[in-house]
Amino acid sequence: VKNERNPKAKERDTKRKLEIHKTTEQKTENKKRKRSHSKQRGKRNIDDEDKGGEQISKQKKNRKNKKTKKLLTEEAEGEGYITKQKKKRRPQVDEENANATKQMTPEGPPKKKKRAKVSESEDSSSEKESSEEEEWKVTALTPEELEKLKEAVDEKKKLITILRGKPWPMLKKLQTLKESHDFLEKFEGALGKGKAKKLYAYKVMMLKRWMKFQRDFENFKTACIPWEMKIKDIESHFGSSVASYFIFLRWMYGINMILFGLTFGLVMVPEALMGKPYGSMPRKTVPRAEQASAMDFAVLWDFGGYAKYSVLFYGYYNSQRAIGWLKFRMPLSYFLVGVGTVAYSYMVVIRTMARNANEQGGGDDTNFNFSWKMFTSWDYLIGNPETADNKFASITTSFKEAIVEEQESRKDDNIHLTRFFRVLANFLVLCCLAGSGYLIYFVVRRSQKFALEGLENYGWWERNEVNMVMSLLGMFCPMLFDVISNLENYHPRIALQWQLGRIFALFLGNLYTFIIALMDEINLKRKEEETVKLNMTVWMANLHNGTLAENSTAPPITADPADVPRGPCWETMVGQEFVRLIISDTMTTYITLLIGDFLRAVMVRFFNYCWCWDLEYGFPSYSEFDVSGNVLGLIFNQGMIWMGAFYAPCLPALNVLRLHVSMYLQCWAVMCCNVPQERVFKASGSNNFYMAMLLVILFLSTLPAIYTIVSIPPSFDCGPFSGKNRMFDVIQETLEMDFPAWFGKVFSYASNPGLVLPFLLLMVLAIYYLQSTSKTYKKANAELKKKLQAQNEENKKKNKRAALKASDPEEARNSASEQQWHQINNNASKKEMDTWGCKN
Amino acid sequence: MGNKQTIFTDEQLDAYQDCTFFTRKEILRLHGRYHELAPHLVPMDYTNDPDVKVPLALIVNMPELKENPFRNRIVESFSEDGLGNLSFNDFVDMFSVLSEMAPRELKAIYAFKIYDFNVDNFICKEDLEKTLNKLTKEELTPEEVNLVCEKAIEESDLDGDNKLSFADFENMISRAPDFLSSLHLQHLSDTLIQNDLQSVVTGTVPPWSNSGLNVYLRDTMVVSRT
Repeated sequence: VKNERNPKAKERDTKRKLEIHKTTEQKTENKKRKRSHSKQRGKRNIDDEDKGGEQISKQKKNRKNKKTKKLLTEEAEGEGYITKQKKKRRPQVDEENANATKQMTPEGPPKKKKRAKVSESEDSSSEKESSEEEEWKVTALTPEELEKLKEAVDEKKKLITILRGKPWPMLKKLQTLKESHDFLEKFEGALGKGKAKKLYAYKVMMLKRWMKFQRDFENFKTACIPWEMKIKDIESHFGSSVASYFIFLRWMYGINMILFGLTFGLVMVPEALMGKPYGSMPRKTVPRAEQASAMDFAVLWDFGGYAKYSVLFYGYYNSQRAIGWLKFRMPLSYFLVGVGTVAYSYMVVIRTMARNANEQGGGDDTNFNFSWKMFTSWDYLIGNPETADNKFASITTSFKEAIVEEQESRKDDNIHLTRFFRVLANFLVLCCLAGSGYLIYFVVRRSQKFALEGLENYGWWERNEVNMVMSLLGMFCPMLFDVISNLENYHPRIALQWQLGRIFALFLGNLYTFIIALMDEINLKRKEEETVKLNMTVWMANLHNGTLAENSTAPPITADPADVPRGPCWETMVGQEFVRLIISDTMTTYITLLIGDFLRAVMVRFFNYCWCWDLEYGFPSYSEFDVSGNVLGLIFNQGMIWMGAFYAPCLPALNVLRLHVSMYLQCWAVMCCNVPQERVFKASGSNNFYMAMLLVILFLSTLPAIYTIVSIPPSFDCGPFSGKNRMFDVIQETLEMDFPAWFGKVFSYASNPGLVLPFLLLMVLAIYYLQSTSKTYKKANAELKKKLQAQNEENKKKNKRAALKASDPEEARNSASEQQWHQINNNASKKEMDTWGCKN
Repeated sequence: MGNKQTIFTDEQLDAYQDCTFFTRKEILRLHGRYHELAPHLVPMDYTNDPDVKVPLALIVNMPELKENPFRNRIVESFSEDGLGNLSFNDFVDMFSVLSEMAPRELKAIYAFKIYDFNVDNFICKEDLEKTLNKLTKEELTPEEVNLVCEKAIEESDLDGDNKLSFADFENMISRAPDFLSSLHLQHLSDTLIQNDLQSVVTGTVPPWSNSGLNVYLRDTMVVSRT
């Protein structure tokens, strides 16, 4: 009773407050007046409380009882109250009350009916409202009323913000909006007194300005989203799955823009502006031997020559601790940007994943197979007749499949054959993967041999063999997989996932063989470095001897920086390899696009006039847009960026360029040479699948990068960390030199294993706790589901028994409320899962 | 700026922004689309709320709706008179509810209205049959249709009255993984055909493009021949 009473009692109170100031006499008012008097008396009683304790408490109790009784009786009347109002229509007061009630009622399902009634009556009252309000304003307001008024104002404000989500016709929405605005205009000013009033008015004004600014900003933001129209165009022609690729591409572009901003603004520009200029030291100069060909296009295209000795690569950066008049800490900045890039990427990917997971309803329920097919299978975005035809066909087949599955009339006679074929297919795919891995390893080994003998003796193919082989494998293996997967006879959705998984494995294998080969090369270079170091001392001694012989007083060693012998600088080598890989990958993508899509489309289109069979619908036909392959390509490309960005700060810039070009190129190609897919899938389900793959790639690509940073000492004569034992020593150095001593002490205490280990333990415990709670939520969910089903069964039985009677409304309401509970639980558990995922 | 203000006052635009999920630009664009439908009927000046309604037949032919099997129901369930004549308010309402930003609950309410063909506040078997036939272009046999409808009712009917009330429908649809994305209509700046024509003329899309215009022309020609 209490729970039900509270909001209603509140309503009554507000009504009473409003009515006190009315001069018109009414029956109900009398009652209420009495009550307000009693309340005042109560106040006095409280003042006197010290004197007579017991009596007062008794009185209080009595009063309470009276109050509840009154309320109960009023409640009984209450149902009829509003309808009475409607009938009477005469008294202004009542109508205003209705308004007040409307404002006071909290948003909630139990009140819905009532509110609807009230709002009906409200429409009629709106005309008179203004005159009443003026009357209202004249009367002085007590603090309590002010409170109520404030609440009403807040309620109106809330109404305005949620108005767009109301299922009302627009006309009603507009009217309500206008009314609430008028109400706010009238009464916002009335709140507060004297100075407070002014302050309040100022606040309100500022709030309004702020809201306006926010809205303008929002408009501006949506106007700034690039390629919106292009993507919408594609969406309407090809359905949402193709569009999802372009949205993903745009998202990638955004991330790369930020990475580019970081590296460009904090690493490349400071070094170029404030660092020592080109030619001032050996690491910033092209060696004498290479100078003749340093400006050749072929060399530059390979990122050798002048490109190699520039801000684009690791080796160019100086290890000077602070540069320029800003005392910019270059090595520290370089290190932090490298770490920040990875950290930012992790954050963005995980955040997006969590948001996607939130947006998707609990799609694990398979109880609604047919209903979902019926009500959600049409993609409302389709605006192209051909796509629509395909969609109709695919819906029909999906229904037929479902019917067949339902009838379970599947023939079991050839299941052994399909099993055999599936095993065979997997075997073939494994062979392919192993073969491609070996091929890459072989090629990389060969290229090392070439490199040792000097690349100048070999042609273009030998120089680019590794990249070309990798790109070609990435191009042809997926086609092979596609052919093989025809053997398996899976449902297309499952087949798509298998295909994705296989291509993923292929790319991953290729990438890791490449990295292992690169590691070998790094070791080779480091051995070379040792010998160079020895030679260096000899060379220095020679130089000293020579200068000493000529001029004994001043020993400035004035050798041209181009002549100084130098180490091989493995970091720059790694960066170069990655840049070359990206370039060749981009080139192959574009060329396949032009040949595979464009030329094919042109051929099919024009040879169709003079050919013996129909090319457009026969064998070559137009190509479909391969969403999965393109997404995977994008993901792996990003993985390479993450891996190589530390050694080649220019990589994000290159990638931004690439993505920009491919956005336009692919949009054009899709619109002019592709046809809609035969089986149009909806994309939303697989979005997080892509994200998960991106996360895996991110993790796998940071592993080798972190390994090289942590465990391999940097080159002695190039890069921002030269002369240090390890790259991360730069943190230690900064702590010692730039921070007060106590900070270093605190830091060393904090990084003490004694503190770190318990912290880790705590994290593990927290994860364990969250996981177990989410498990219990899941269990509760399952239990509730079971209960619900049992109830449904019961209901159905009951209905059968009482065949002609309508279903019992009570029961239905029960089940509905239970569902709500169930849903709330579901949400809660999902939230838990999210937090858990974030922690993880 | 002056051009914009002749269509709507700033207050009107603000009000529309409060009541829909659209930005100012989008509302103006929507008005453009609405005007395009019936240029002689719809005035450019909307500052004094003219009472204009565009009939169903014109709206259904918009490229956004043209291919949709439920186009008539969509328009009808958003029209205030229930006959399919849309005032500008209804028009904006329709695109707002079917926009990307609209919440699941709101979409569920209108989806129920759309699929409730006979407007009796229940989705009964008759409605389901109609839905199915529209989705598959009547390519399923009557037995299959019957089976599917019965299964659908069996799955989501909670109170056992052999038809789906809104509670049943909402319970079912709220868990569908791709409901939000499926009930989502877009609006373009120009009609698709105009876009294609333009791009062919300006050369951004070569005339042998298989999408859009060509398909449209081919289909219309086929239709006119038969």
